[in-house]
Amino acid sequence: MFKKILVANRGEIAVRVMRACREMCISTVAVYSDVDRAALHVRKADEAYPIGPAPAAESYLRMDKILEVAHRSGAQAIHPGYGFLSENAKFARACADAGIKFIGPTAESMEMMGSKTRARQQMEKAGIPFVPGTARGLASAEEAEQVAERVGYPIMLKAAAGGGGKGMRLVHARQELRSALESAQSEAQRSFGDSEVYIEKAIVNPRHIEMQILADELGNTVWLGERECSIQRRHQKVLEEAPSPIVNPDMRRRMGETAVKVAQAAGYTNAGTVEFLVDQQKNFYFLEMNTRLQVEHPVTELTTGLDLVHLQIRIASGEQLPFAQSDIGIRGHAIECRIYAEDPDNNYFPSPGKITLLLPPAGPGVRHDSGTYEGWTVPIDYDPLLAKVIGYGTDRRQATMRLYRALSEYFVAGIKTNISLFQRILRDPDFRAAKLDTGFLDRLLAKGDAEVAARAPEPGIAAIAAGMFAVLDPASSPTRNGNAAAPAPSNWKQKGRAEALR
Amino acid sequence: MVYDVIVSGKPHRLELEKVDGVWQCRLEGKEVHFDAVLTGRDVLSLLVDGRSYEVKREQTATDLHLWVGGTRFPVELRDPRSLRARQSSALDEKGPRKILAPMPGRIVRLLAAEQSEVEAGQGIVVVEAMKMQNEIKSPKKGIIKRITATAGAAVNAGDVLAVVE
Repeated sequence: MFKKILVANRGEIAVRVMRACREMCISTVAVYSDVDRAALHVRKADEAYPIGPAPAAESYLRMDKILEVAHRSGAQAIHPGYGFLSENAKFARACADAGIKFIGPTAESMEMMGSKTRARQQMEKAGIPFVPGTARGLASAEEAEQVAERVGYPIMLKAAAGGGGKGMRLVHARQELRSALESAQSEAQRSFGDSEVYIEKAIVNPRHIEMQILADELGNTVWLGERECSIQRRHQKVLEEAPSPIVNPDMRRRMGETAVKVAQAAGYTNAGTVEFLVDQQKNFYFLEMNTRLQVEHPVTELTTGLDLVHLQIRIASGEQLPFAQSDIGIRGHAIECRIYAEDPDNNYFPSPGKITLLLPPAGPGVRHDSGTYEGWTVPIDYDPLLAKVIGYGTDRRQATMRLYRALSEYFVAGIKTNISLFQRILRDPDFRAAKLDTGFLDRLLAKGDAEVAARAPEPGIAAIAAGMFAVLDPASSPTRNGNAAAPAPSNWKQKGRAEALR
Repeated sequence: MVYDVIVSGKPHRLELEKVDGVWQCRLEGKEVHFDAVLTGRDVLSLLVDGRSYEVKREQTATDLHLWVGGTRFPVELRDPRSLRARQSSALDEKGPRKILAPMPGRIVRLLAAEQSEVEAGQGIVVVEAMKMQNEIKSPKKGIIKRITATAGAAVNAGDVLAVVE
C-alpha cells in the first residue's frame, strides 16, 4: 500500500480524497494555486506546495509542476479527482514514465474513450447497443444528409471530442441540417481544437442513467448499480439519485453487464462510469464512458455501502477486488444535489466572494461533502461547485424528505447559492412522482414558483429582527445615514428627542 | 430607539425599549411580545408569541438582507432622527446613482460611453467571473456621468463601475 498520495485537485473532491487517505493511514500532499493558499484542501493535507498563479492552465493543469512536487515530497501515487487532469491521457502516461502511480485507468483506455467516435467504433465491435447514427466523423454535408435520412429526423449533431454540450445541435428537418453542421463544426473547433462532428438519432425526452463499474488490475470487473442523472441544466448534471426509479433488478443487471462489457473492451481499470441514454420504452443506448471518479459517486457509496475512493486506492496499489458481483447489494435510496456559488435570481450567474456565514446541514441520513468554510473567499477562477449534500433514506420518499429538511437547515451568506433551486425540485409533484427526463429542469424553471410566496413569513418579523440586530450588535449594523447605530442608549430621554423630531 | 425599517420596499415603524432589562417592542404602534438572543454574529433567535424564528443576517458591500427561515427580505434600517435618511428615498430617483460591481471579477468590455444617454435596465459594463459573463445594467434612465471601469481590470464586490445621473 502507498504511504503518501498527492491529490492533484482542489475543492470538495480534494478534501474527500484526503479524508479517505487519512482513514487508510496514508499521508497526503496538496498542491495549490496562489488564490487557494487558504483553501480547505490545503488545511486538510499533511503537506502542501504552491504550483503557480490562479489560472488553471498555469497551476492545476501544469503536469510538470505537479510531478515535480510529487518527486520532492516522495508521493508514490497521484489521485487526480475529477476535472483538471483526471481524463488527460498524457498526464497518466507522464506519471507512469516518472514512476508514480496514476490512480485511474491507463492512458490507453483513456485515449480510446476520450474520442467519442473511436469509442463508438470499438464498442460496436463488442456488440454494445448504440443510438443509431455514425460511428465516425462526417466527411461532408452530403454524407450528413444521407445519414440523417437513414436514421430519421430529429437527429443530434455531436462533436467527437466533445463534452458539456459544446458542439451539439438538435436538427429537426433536412433544411436546417447544413447550417447546423457548419456551426457545430466551428464550435467544436473553437472548444476542442477538433472540428470532427458525427450524427446520432435524437431521442425525445430521454433519461440519462449511468452505471458505476470497478475493475482491478487482475482482470476482475464488477458493476455497482446505476445513477439517475436526468435532472440537468445546459447538459450539466444538477441532481443525481440512486437507484433510478425506473430501473428494476432485471434492467439493472442487463445495464450492469453491458457496462462491464464496455469496460473490458477498453481494457479498463479502476473506477469508471458508463453513461446510457434511456428512451421512453426503457431501451438503453451507450453514450460514453467517463474515465474518472464522478462528482455524484456518493449516491452509489450510500446505496452499496462501499467507499469508492478507498477501493480506487486499493486497486491502484495492485490489490484484488475484495468482493464478487454476487456480494454487491443495493439498499435504500440516495439523492445528491450540487451546491454551486451561483445566483438563482440572476439566471444562475456565478457568485464568487467571501462566505460571511455558513450553517451546514446535519442529522440522520445527511452527508455533506464540502470544500468551503465560513470566512473563506470563493475565488473567481474555478468551477463554482462549493459542496454536495446527499440525503439517504430507506426509500425514495424518505431520502427526498431528509434532503429537503437538510437544505432547510443549510445556510450560506455573503455569496449566492442554488440551494433554493433544489428545494423547488424536491417539492415538485413531477419529481415526487419520479417523472424525470432531461427536459425536467427547463420545464420546472419555466413554471415559476408560487408555493414559496404563499408560505412566506410576515415582513414584520424581519423588521423586528433588523432592529434587534442593531441594538444587540450596533458595531456591525450601519443605519441608512451611514453611521453605526448609537450604542443602544434606549432610554426614555432618547425616545423623547426622537419623537420631537417627527 | 425608533427605526424606520424598510422591508421589501415597505416602511415599518419600529420602537424598541429596554425596560427593567427586558426588551419591549411596538411595531406600527402595536405592542409585540418577543424575546431575542444573538446566537452568533449573524444569527438571531427570535421568539414572537411563542413562535420560534431563526433569522440570519447577510450584509454585502451594497445591501442588507435578513433571512427568516428560508425567505429572504431586503432590509434597510433608517434612523428617523437623520434628515438625510428622511430624504434619501427621494434622492434615489433624482440624484446620481452609482453602479457597483455585485461580485469580484474582471471587466470584459464597456457597453456605453461617458455622457451617453441610457435607459433603465440597459447594459453598461460586462463583468466576467468563473468563466461566465454578466451584464451590469443601469438602475435608472439618465446620462452616464462617469465610467470608472476599464476593460481588462479586476474589480472587487462593491467597487464603483460607473455613475448615472
